[in-house]
Amino acid sequence: MTLGPTEGLGVIGHFLEWLGSTPWSVALLESLYVWPLVESAHVLSIALFVGTTVMMDLRLIGCAFKKIPVSDFTGQLLPWTRVGFSVSLVTGLLVFYSQPEHYYHNVFFRIKLFVLVVAGLNVWLFHSRIHRRVFEWDLDPVPPYAARVAGAVSIFSWALVVVAGRMIAYNWFDCDLQPQADFINWLAGCAVDDGVQ
Amino acid sequence: MLLPFFEWCESTRIASTIQGSIWLFPVIEAVHLLGLCLLGGSILLVDLRLMGIGLTRQTASRLSYQARPWMMVAVITMIATGLPLFLSEAIKCYYNQAFWVKITTLPFALSFTFLIRDRIARADRAGMYIRAITGASSVALWFLVAAAGRWIGFS
Repeated sequence: MTLGPTEGLGVIGHFLEWLGSTPWSVALLESLYVWPLVESAHVLSIALFVGTTVMMDLRLIGCAFKKIPVSDFTGQLLPWTRVGFSVSLVTGLLVFYSQPEHYYHNVFFRIKLFVLVVAGLNVWLFHSRIHRRVFEWDLDPVPPYAARVAGAVSIFSWALVVVAGRMIAYNWFDCDLQPQADFINWLAGCAVDDGVQ
Repeated sequence: MLLPFFEWCESTRIASTIQGSIWLFPVIEAVHLLGLCLLGGSILLVDLRLMGIGLTRQTASRLSYQARPWMMVAVITMIATGLPLFLSEAIKCYYNQAFWVKITTLPFALSFTFLIRDRIARADRAGMYIRAITGASSVALWFLVAAAGRWIGFS
């Protein structure tokens, strides 16, 4: 017998339950046009955000735009990447807010969040360490190893974020689809009463 | 007279293979989305420059030349994944308004990009306003294609 997703989850579960019951959350989820528009903006923002990121990463891995200084990308293109990221972030938070519990227990959402952290770590490491000395290799058609790795990790991790994000819509591993493999239930944080805690 | 054609589309082997699979549509669509990222980036690089922002230390002609191979890969990817996606739900698309907006704007966007925008980009001496309007028009057209594409799913 399933107890339901938030039973036994304590603080987080109850917080998300409360969050999803707030009037604005309900209104957003039940809206005719606002939710589709917000979600569409989230999807389309990847063209600006991930798109410009990939252009810069292609330069970092020495695959494209080899005569353009790397600092041109980080100095002039990155501001627009940040605009894209801001749109992705705000619209993403709103989409989450419309159904907090649902997304919290979605396997693909959890994967997406995990990869997001990895991607963010890579961005931070690149800008705080590797890019510090960019003027030593700014004009090199093929940047040094560390920069190439950062570029490759960036492309790969953001691509994974996009794919995982798309898969969220598929309810293949939802908690109410019992019986499910124990591993899936664990991954999605489902609370299943099988007598074992 | 169009409906029979769409019905035939959905009766193709490709269509039935995708319909008969749980994972094929999501996988093809995921690649379609990744292609969207590449398309967005390669096109925006030039459009931003035409509008006087972004990589302003480079000429629009050089950017356009260097971005083109990536834009080509992206366009080919989009069409190669878009076709099977369409075939698998052709009849739904036939009755979908957003689909018609997308499918009529797409050739427009493609021709505009290859025949007008890239020519303007190559002509580094084209006036500032012409370049800005061209860049903005390109963004608007492709935005319409992408937005209509997303809206197909809301039906």
